[in-house]
Amino acid sequence: MKILVHIKRVVDYQIRPRPTQDGKDVELTNVKMSINPFDENAVEGAVRLKEAGVATEVVVVAVGTAANQDVLRHALAMGADRAVLVETLTVVQPLAAAKYLKAVTEREAPQLVLTGKQAIDDDAAETAQMLSALLNWPQATFASKIDVVDGKALVVREIDGGQETLSLPLPAVVSVDLRLNEPRFIKLPALMMAKKKLIETLPAAEFGITAPALEIVNIAEPPARKAGKILNSVAELVAALRTEKVVS
Amino acid sequence: MSVLVIAELDSHGIKAATRSAVTAASQFGEEVHLLLAGNDVAGIATQASAINGLNKILLVDATEYAHGIAENLTPLLVQLAPSYSAIVAAATSFGKNLLPRAAALLDVAMVSEVIQIIDATTFVRPMYAGNLNATVKAPAGLRILTIRPTVFEAAAATGGSAVVETIAASGDAGQAAWVSRDLVQLDRPELATARVVISGGRSLGSAEGFKATLTPLADVLGAAIGATRAAVDAGMAPNDSQVGQTGTVVAPELYIAFGVSGAAQHVGGIKDSKVIVAVNHDADAPIFQVADYGLVADLFTVIPELTAALKG
Ligand SMILES: Cc1cc2nc3c(=O)[nH]c(=O)nc-3n(C[C@H](O)[C@H](O)[C@H](O)COP(=O)(O)OP(=O)(O)OC[C@H]3O[C@@H](n4cnc5c(N)ncnc54)[C@H](O)[C@@H]3O)c2cc1C
Repeated sequence: MKILVHIKRVVDYQIRPRPTQDGKDVELTNVKMSINPFDENAVEGAVRLKEAGVATEVVVVAVGTAANQDVLRHALAMGADRAVLVETLTVVQPLAAAKYLKAVTEREAPQLVLTGKQAIDDDAAETAQMLSALLNWPQATFASKIDVVDGKALVVREIDGGQETLSLPLPAVVSVDLRLNEPRFIKLPALMMAKKKLIETLPAAEFGITAPALEIVNIAEPPARKAGKILNSVAELVAALRTEKVVS
Repeated sequence: MSVLVIAELDSHGIKAATRSAVTAASQFGEEVHLLLAGNDVAGIATQASAINGLNKILLVDATEYAHGIAENLTPLLVQLAPSYSAIVAAATSFGKNLLPRAAALLDVAMVSEVIQIIDATTFVRPMYAGNLNATVKAPAGLRILTIRPTVFEAAAATGGSAVVETIAASGDAGQAAWVSRDLVQLDRPELATARVVISGGRSLGSAEGFKATLTPLADVLGAAIGATRAAVDAGMAPNDSQVGQTGTVVAPELYIAFGVSGAAQHVGGIKDSKVIVAVNHDADAPIFQVADYGLVADLFTVIPELTAALKG
């Protein structure tokens, strides 16, 4: 069984993002970029299925600029076998991403597509569902456990107030939650080996894809909360809460 | 044209989050219809038609809608879409699972987790764990949105008199099959809608410590108990108590964070709370930057004192 994992390169989760001066974009110059954390769980999930003998090949794919080679190498160092970059300078929104991924999926013909449940830049949580729709494949989102049994994926997914289990005939698309696993720490030799692996680059233009997109009118920091007060005692806190009328 | 809201059901019928979606939908200034799809839901149609602000209920009752499977519901949305200017659902795990699937088939660039509707095509949505807000314009034509239920007040459950129209089911897509569902039994208010939320971080030390320390105060305040991801990861609190960007977004009247560092991913989920209180023994903890009131102190001394003071 082949698994395709879609990963995205995003501003590192420890960085506080700022809008650009013109308020039309997010400042990315000299900002540390990393693999989207949820996608890292997806790569880990795929590699573990391979280590367990369930999968035979793990292919990672990213859509974006040549700079995406670093996150693809990261995934290769984690244990992915091959990497594909759909190269474009355009910022790709979820629907366009889903269309490119559909093309790559049809070319690679995997039995399972894994990706993170959301990217921590746009926080949209749309691409996996859009991809499964376009492929007309079953979907399971927010997965915290994936077992492949008898040609089906048994997926536990996080829902409001608990969890549910779905059984998906393969091929299927699954988006994963942080709880799926703890991604491995990459050791230097793995990184050196990953450098030797091939990253196949496909120019996005070759796919001839168009997709409607949202126009960004403005990106801004939300209004700041008014400055808080540091209190000296529990008694002062109780008094403050009573003044605010939030406790009786 | 009209706006279509997708109803989400739980054991009490229509979820409060759906009524928030009705409020958001009514801001388009058009008729608002509700798609009520489920199994054995005819009785719920009466409840639905009383929701204030609805003009029509589209009722579809069939076994394939029993568990909210996206593959079964999507064909309904695709079939109904031409009659609507917008399709709206709450940004719950149900709404987030379903709407992008429909949007792709309808070739629509959807807008997720909307926190403000400026006009019929212009919306504000958070990104980067709530560190930034984006104002976006959707292309003309059908708009598909999920809205953040904590920022739109739920439409009243009574006072409406929508007509109920029964529509035909679309059949079982034969894709994902539902196996089972495990809901955590709650003996206190639901996190997402509680008036008061108190939450604890990793510093509470253990599952027993977490429970023993926070429960007495939660009882006095009638509060829901939340947790940081670090606390959840360490097995101190159940997963569905995680508050934040990737957990539950809350907006209670009072949020108290005990031993929470205040990472962006946590703060992203509490920003709309009316009053935020932070108790942390590190005066430099980032949580103090968003707190209305802060106590630089040990949570293990503060919590019993606070519990006693509020009791007395
Ligand atoms: C992709 C991604 C998504 C994430 N999503 C979320 C999310 O949704 N929600 C979330 O919460 N986190 C999330 N996180 C994790 C987040 O970045 C932080 O790691 C987490 O919130 C920290 O939890 P904490 O404050 O309990 O732990 P720590 O960072 O360990 O902080 C503990 C705090 O407790 C204080 N303290 C210790 N002992 C005491 C005491 N006795 N009395 C008073 N104060 C004390 C310390 O001073 C410290 O500030 C996410 C991370 C990633 C990468």
